[in-house]
Amino acid sequence: MQDILEQLKAKREAALMGGGQRRIDAQHGKGKLTARERLDVLLDEDSFEEQDMFVEHNCHDFGMEQEHIPGDGVVTGRGTINGRLVFVYSQDFTVYGGSLSEAHAGKICKLMDQAMKVGAPVIGLNDSGGARIQEGVASLGGYADVFQRNVMASGVIPQISVVMGPCAGGAVYSPAMTDFIAMVRDTSYMFVTGPEVVKTVTHEEVTQEELGGASTHSGTSGVADMAYDDDVDALRRIRELMGFMPANNRLKPPRRHTDDPADRLEPALDTIIPSNANLPYDMHEVINKITDEGEFFEIQAEYAKNILTGFARMDGNPVGIVANQPAVLAGCLDINSSRKAARFVRFCDAFNIPIVTLVDVPGFLPGTAQEYGGIIKHGAKLLYAYAEATVPKITVITRKAYGGAYDVMASKHLRGDINYAWPSAEIAVMGPKGAVEIIFRQDKGDPEKIEQRTEEYRKKFANPFVAGAKGFIDDIIQPQSTRRRIIRDLAMLASKDIQNPWKKHGNIPL
Amino acid sequence: MTKLFDKILIANRGEIACRIIRSCQQLGIATVAVYSEADAEALHVQMADEAVAIGPAASSESYLRIDKILDAIKQTGAQAVHPGFGFLSENAAFADALTEAGVAFIGPGNLAIAVMGDKIESKKLAEKSGVNVIPGHTAALADAAEALKVSTDVGCPVMLKASAGGGGKGMRVAWTLDEVIDSFNSAQSEARTAFGDDRVFVEKFIERPRHIEIQILADSQGNTLYLQERECSIQRRHQKVIEEAPSPFIDEGTRKAMGEQAVLLAKAVDYKSAGTVEFIVDKEHNFYFLEMNTRLQVEHPVTEMITGLDLVEQMIRVAAGEALSFTQADVAMDGWSMECRVYAEDPDRNFMPSTGRLTRYEPPQESETVRVDTGVFEGGEISMFYDPMIAKLVTHGKTRAEAAQAMQSALDAYVIRGVQHNIPFLAALMRHPSFQSGELTTGFIDEHFPEGFDSDAEPIANSELLACVVASCQAIVDDNNLTLDGQLSTPAFPDLIRYQLVGLGERNVPVGISTGATGWQVNVDGNNHTLETDWRPGQLLFNATLDGDKHAVQVDRDGMNWRLTHRGRIVGIKALSPRTAELQKLMPEKVAPDMSRYLLSPMPGLLMRLSVNDGDSVKTGQELAVIEAMKMENVLVAERDAVVKIVCCEAGQSLEVDQIILEFEELS
Repeated sequence: MQDILEQLKAKREAALMGGGQRRIDAQHGKGKLTARERLDVLLDEDSFEEQDMFVEHNCHDFGMEQEHIPGDGVVTGRGTINGRLVFVYSQDFTVYGGSLSEAHAGKICKLMDQAMKVGAPVIGLNDSGGARIQEGVASLGGYADVFQRNVMASGVIPQISVVMGPCAGGAVYSPAMTDFIAMVRDTSYMFVTGPEVVKTVTHEEVTQEELGGASTHSGTSGVADMAYDDDVDALRRIRELMGFMPANNRLKPPRRHTDDPADRLEPALDTIIPSNANLPYDMHEVINKITDEGEFFEIQAEYAKNILTGFARMDGNPVGIVANQPAVLAGCLDINSSRKAARFVRFCDAFNIPIVTLVDVPGFLPGTAQEYGGIIKHGAKLLYAYAEATVPKITVITRKAYGGAYDVMASKHLRGDINYAWPSAEIAVMGPKGAVEIIFRQDKGDPEKIEQRTEEYRKKFANPFVAGAKGFIDDIIQPQSTRRRIIRDLAMLASKDIQNPWKKHGNIPL
Repeated sequence: MTKLFDKILIANRGEIACRIIRSCQQLGIATVAVYSEADAEALHVQMADEAVAIGPAASSESYLRIDKILDAIKQTGAQAVHPGFGFLSENAAFADALTEAGVAFIGPGNLAIAVMGDKIESKKLAEKSGVNVIPGHTAALADAAEALKVSTDVGCPVMLKASAGGGGKGMRVAWTLDEVIDSFNSAQSEARTAFGDDRVFVEKFIERPRHIEIQILADSQGNTLYLQERECSIQRRHQKVIEEAPSPFIDEGTRKAMGEQAVLLAKAVDYKSAGTVEFIVDKEHNFYFLEMNTRLQVEHPVTEMITGLDLVEQMIRVAAGEALSFTQADVAMDGWSMECRVYAEDPDRNFMPSTGRLTRYEPPQESETVRVDTGVFEGGEISMFYDPMIAKLVTHGKTRAEAAQAMQSALDAYVIRGVQHNIPFLAALMRHPSFQSGELTTGFIDEHFPEGFDSDAEPIANSELLACVVASCQAIVDDNNLTLDGQLSTPAFPDLIRYQLVGLGERNVPVGISTGATGWQVNVDGNNHTLETDWRPGQLLFNATLDGDKHAVQVDRDGMNWRLTHRGRIVGIKALSPRTAELQKLMPEKVAPDMSRYLLSPMPGLLMRLSVNDGDSVKTGQELAVIEAMKMENVLVAERDAVVKIVCCEAGQSLEVDQIILEFEELS
């Protein structure tokens, strides 16, 4: 017995040391924390319960049989974040470079199966050199086993990936399948094929950072949802993010106590719309003024900045916010912003998070780049996502709501529950100038007449009354009262219960 | 009592228009505002009973247009006009036009405006009236011998100055008569080389000069009083920054002498209404006339605070023909008052004006001791067309120290977001030991901030306070997080050391925090404190009572971290669990990317001209680009010899602040 206990102690100590002090130092030297240190930051103190610490690989080739490190390069278990249960796995780069073996994959799968059983989120901290090449196809199978579970869990429990080191080749597809990807600047990268292969095939010279660093994915590709400066910053922000989601798709999103008055008025919102309709303003200000404590956890802040997506709370209850951003590209919808918002809307709908949409949209971005790129299908994604969503949907048109983009942005016609307009709202097929040039084509040569017609059109349509008369908007509200109104509506909609017709799944225009 | 006016038009904008409207309201007089297109939603327009649009944003098209003001008068039937300061306030033609139209001008008569508007005439008149003027010889000196003769009359030290002078060139101080001839010669030769004009004159050199001015008030019956002095020595580029009344330097005798001379001068031009006689005062309390301002002065509130008078009201009464209802003996001097001019400008960027929307604006609470003359509101706009003054912050105390203390607290509580502002600089001035001891000169800012101002270099005033505030903020947020639905187990926080604070100095500061009978019990690095507050997350202003003392700290949330503002210093602080703090130490310091290879736009504006092309070699000081902002052309020059790699903008483009204009080649 004593012998067993001593062996246990030795194994535990070996597991806790991962790949050994030298590799731990090297990990620190790169500005990265170890797998276990990361869990210390991510989870509440003393809450981590580890499992499968003694799992070892089963490879007998290429000398692997000589070396067994308990845990096999991934730490798995559960813990709490602000008292709430989460399942976590954290790849250990100090053990075989965090490479994924059959056993390593098995640990992740086991963890995900448990998370699915009890309905709690899974957070993966990725730091892995890739497949355990010594194991060959067994390792590939391991990846696919994880992928399948990612897909089964999608929409059932929240899945979060934090890429904190290399993540290349097949390994990228597990994070890609999860709900949110965060990356760490300068120390993480993701790509399907690395710079070496890129150079051989396309002769492009590119660094890892340029090809797949945090800036690339958070700004250019949109693969990453968040990018943070270092490991500690990233993990602390993930703690914050988790507070907006329910543990699974059968629960309401978690309420949190707030002292921010639900009836707080914001008179400054009455002056935020510039008198000149062509001038921009920052939609962030509207969001910060209507949400609890001015909080807005932005998702994809650096990508497709013409639309804003993110989480906030209203009277303690989480909401997802989607807002056109007039300060960037006039807030128009294009391929990237449509995809960004569509994916966010679907996440909210999957996890019962009400959606607040702020609309100031002049239309879809014109041009060959957009049409060749398939804006029709991509714009349709956002339309589909809104139309399909059954969570409470509240929409506020602050200024422009033109053309098809009006329909798309959670309009009444797409089962918007409450649709408001500010007095500055203009709901129309297009802007007055464009409309007049079509309707009165014959007057095109006469600028005076065009000017007069434009004024007529402006008077008729550049206001919320026409849409109000048709019931397309439920009320015209003072901007300063927006917070109070939305909170009251959310309270009313808390018991909203509608079902889409039974289907295996819809066919969203992918 | 004569009947005052029924309706007054205010030919001005901003805080002064609002301030005048307030006095009118108290007197039951209806008000008319005028406004340019840029000011359609301005506060003065909202406050006035009526408002008349007078044209485009540019002042020359609106606020300076006499004809448009006259139209507005006609349209509204206003009986009198208060011009405020600036714009048309010292324009004799405007006063004439009003007289002709049969409308009262709330200000002095035309003679006073005309004479005092001329620097040479006013000086001559002052001398003639027996007012001290700086001794010297205003005509060019014939030769060194004459220089010596005049210097002997004036008495050393003297300043020999090139007539064409400027920027310190062609200026020499002679401390003794022995030095006069040498100084004359070198000033003359330097003037010849620098300006091609070797005329030199001599005047008394004023050592450690202070700017002290006398407020006067006169009625049309010939009663002329002085309402004590104001000291306005704290100036930046001849713009007053901080003013106070009384002056910490003036004794009763000097005050009386200055006051009486000011009255003499006013009488010499049949002055009526409020006016100000400015003096320069040397370290021996000798005072010399500078100029007279024939209008209400920006800094008039400090005089109001110590005399209890409303100067605008007095001006209106005088303009209506009333005689002053008090005598010189009645003029009070109660306590001390200070004024800070709060500007939308960035002190860290050489006081570059800042424009934009005031996304948050909460001036400190007004009280017996705090007065805020503001012309803006939350959600309002600081426009590029006018002086970027946000407000005048005025405090009162029984003593100078009390007034200064009240000012520091008021500055702490002044919440402004959306534009840059000079509160960090004002706070630094207020904290300066030489300011606190009253050692002021007009060179104060150049002397104490020779390299300009760097807010991050200012010391943290009260680390213990900031530690307590940030710990309680974090504890409130963390405790709220434990109310989230779905609690599995409630983690217990250690009271002993709940957080390590990163950012308050070189090392981490351990804090323990627990709720006590009255608020928070906070232990900062071993010292116990009691903190009471009604702060809730989302509020920018944190009113704290720390161990019985009241403090105001501003709190901005920055992701998971905090930005605290106190005594003008902004401090970024992280409150981490002890374990996280330990791991944080392993994180690499993220150095901001080296931007010295780039030319960045220092302000938002229009790129008027790009003076270089790709591949050009440039020399230190060479013009690279010209940006127009706030109607000003700002020339950007090369800070060192370099080669332009690539130009990233084109002329005519509008620029954001910090936008890259061009990139230099890397230094080899």
